[in-house]
Amino acid sequence: MAPEPPLLSMSGITKSFPGVRALDGVALDVQAGEVHCLLGQNGAGKSTLIKVLAGAHQPDTGTIRWRGEEVTLRSPIAAMRLGIATIYQELDLVEHLSVAENVHLGHEPTTAGFVVRGRTARTSTAALLKRLGHPEIDPARLVGQLSAAQQQIVSMARALSHDVRLIVMDEPSAALDPDEVDNLFRIVGDLTAAGVAVVYISHRLEEIRRIGDRVTVLKDGRAVANGLPAKSTPTREVVALMTGRNVEYVFPDRPVSPPSGEPVLKVQGLARQGEFEPFDLEVRPGEIVGLAGLVGSGRSEILETVYGARKPTTGQVLVEGRALKSGSVRAAVRAGLGLAPEERKAQGLLMLESVTRNVSVSSMSRFARAGWIDRGAELGAARAATRELSLRPDNPSVPVRTLSGGNQQKAVLARWLLRGCKVLLLDEPTRGVDVGARAELYAVIRRLADEGLAVLLVSSEVPEVLGLADRVLVLREGRVVHTAPARELDEHRVLDLVMEGSPAS
Amino acid sequence: MTQPVSPPLDSSTDKVPEARPPAWRGLLFRADVRTLSLLGVLAVLILIGGVTKPDEFLDTRNLQLVLTQASVIGVVTVGMTFVIVSGGIDLSVGAIVALASVWATTVATQEYGFAGILFTAVIVGVGCGLVNGVLIAYGAMVPFIATLAMLASARGLALQITDGKTQIVTVPSVLDLGERDAYVLGIPPLVMVFAVVTVIGWLVLNRTTFGRRTVAVGGNPEAARLAGIDVRRQRLYLYLLSGLCCGIAAFLLIVLAGSGQNTNGNLYELDAIAAAIIGGTLLTGGRGTIVGSVLGVLIFTTITNIFALNNLQSDVQQIAKGAIIVAAVLVQRRTASTT
Repeated sequence: MAPEPPLLSMSGITKSFPGVRALDGVALDVQAGEVHCLLGQNGAGKSTLIKVLAGAHQPDTGTIRWRGEEVTLRSPIAAMRLGIATIYQELDLVEHLSVAENVHLGHEPTTAGFVVRGRTARTSTAALLKRLGHPEIDPARLVGQLSAAQQQIVSMARALSHDVRLIVMDEPSAALDPDEVDNLFRIVGDLTAAGVAVVYISHRLEEIRRIGDRVTVLKDGRAVANGLPAKSTPTREVVALMTGRNVEYVFPDRPVSPPSGEPVLKVQGLARQGEFEPFDLEVRPGEIVGLAGLVGSGRSEILETVYGARKPTTGQVLVEGRALKSGSVRAAVRAGLGLAPEERKAQGLLMLESVTRNVSVSSMSRFARAGWIDRGAELGAARAATRELSLRPDNPSVPVRTLSGGNQQKAVLARWLLRGCKVLLLDEPTRGVDVGARAELYAVIRRLADEGLAVLLVSSEVPEVLGLADRVLVLREGRVVHTAPARELDEHRVLDLVMEGSPAS
Repeated sequence: MTQPVSPPLDSSTDKVPEARPPAWRGLLFRADVRTLSLLGVLAVLILIGGVTKPDEFLDTRNLQLVLTQASVIGVVTVGMTFVIVSGGIDLSVGAIVALASVWATTVATQEYGFAGILFTAVIVGVGCGLVNGVLIAYGAMVPFIATLAMLASARGLALQITDGKTQIVTVPSVLDLGERDAYVLGIPPLVMVFAVVTVIGWLVLNRTTFGRRTVAVGGNPEAARLAGIDVRRQRLYLYLLSGLCCGIAAFLLIVLAGSGQNTNGNLYELDAIAAAIIGGTLLTGGRGTIVGSVLGVLIFTTITNIFALNNLQSDVQQIAKGAIIVAAVLVQRRTASTT
């Protein structure tokens, strides 16, 4: 007897975006009734793959077979009609509509084709919520009034309101408390018992061990392992698959003698409710300290709180021994802090303006007398700062939006170089920067440190933190779980720490 | 390529596409195109005026009248341009002009003469701007709502002060400013005030830290905040500035009309916003020019004048204004999307 074809079979899926090949010939087989886990680091291509599966992205090449037949998922609706539902990490609910309205959004039960039958919608929603173990959620309530966990249940109810055969869950446990996670697993168990397949994405290996059947590992847009047994594959092997790297980054040498001298930045007991727990930190002039952690580990929140862009619940930040006014960016900037934010375009740059104006924006008063800007002096200073960082093109009058990602990042760095800051906070400094341009950016950062700057670096790319930083703090879910010199850590160990919270044995 | 000052880092990896310098030239060109096209529209209008009513339109007195009428709304538009460039909006300008003009022309105020009237008009304008600014910057109110509330209250207060009556100005030195004897080289003093406000506005927006901060706050408030700019204080100052401009405009209106009325400045907010928009100021903030706004004002005032000289009803004028706004925005979107 011929084996039954898999429920879903994707092969040779390729998807490119300008400058990036997000997926490079990925294959994925999912059987009915199984929990198939998708693993990979940030940027490995998981999100792109599930968007292809949800019909939100069209693959450049490759075939998708659904129950043995080749299909084209032209739109999210086409995928939904086949019975593929996706629950995204960022919940896509309409806050100002009720639970029942959200669940039936786009396929409302109607009379005469347009009059919405509210009662029917509420009754069927109540039944779905009961099946999901949450009968206490009132279908008439507004979604905006629900907790994150309850909203997730509503998302799931929406998926189940269709005749669904495959559910994709993107990090469903990220927003949940432990007992809610148990409920989630019970739901997953019920679904698979009914023959529904689940594609489950998570960073947490222990979850994958508990509910997963098989694992597919993605790395740099390729599937490096397909359908490994979820329960018996050793952690070491999984981590090795996730980290084995084709592109070797070139990191600059560390200084021969470790930085000494008084710490310029001191963080004491800093915490923010619900984001990260109290921690201490010191950075000396010439030192690069790295924060390693996954999305949601609190790394960006920590950086923004140190900078005063978020107000801490407790604790304080000291620069050269003096405590900063908490929650004030201006106090931080005056004291000598500078931030290169994670979202360079949204948080860092004035995209309509020239490089010069982007560089001078934090030190304008230096070129001004009574508010009057000496544009010659401004241009000269901006040119000196951008040349110092070898920003190209070597013309600070060009609009900043015409620069490449790496050069835009240099424009942000030049801003703080010009200001003469003492502590540089870097949030994902190489995001959106071509692989080739990264080495140069690393060299720039190390050179700034060698010239006496203290650098606090956040990155989701573990090799980047390990290669660039002198000392590393490992974060897991808002807690500093480990601190060590970078030379004493390797990628496997850090990944073990961020995923399981304790070193692998 | 010039040689970098510092030891060059490996530069082979980060290539700059060849097309970039032309893109910058394109931007420069486009900025000129915008101003030139506005000047072109104005030239066409003057041509139409000259052809349809050669004797009346090109008469010196008529041109002086057009410029004088443009002065009041023009001063308001300069302040409005700053607010819009910062990503805000001020719907209360017309009502502030009305309130300032009636407060400055009460019998009690007029006892203090020229200085009393000027001072009151300016202080009332700045005071209203202060309320707007505090509500928006520190009360976290949406500019649309806060200034809409100011529009309603200032109009109401103006009506309460005047009880609907016209307040005649009896101070000779104020009235004299509007007389022909006060013209210098044929230029009315009101027009000179407008010119001075325009030049100062241009300098402040383009050459000062205040102008830079305004553009930064409008272009990307989050980036401005993270760069260390006090975004809230900047917003407060901007509504103060708009109020100041309204106060000055109210004084000009008092001189022009010889009276203060609670119906003054009616729909100035729409005229000022429209002039700024056709002048190339982005309603979303981050970009705008004083020159464009002033040309916008001149275009609108000239249309009104030509229509009036040709005995066309004001409804036709309104339709023409609407059409010009739509055309200007469509043209700008086209030039913006070509790069």
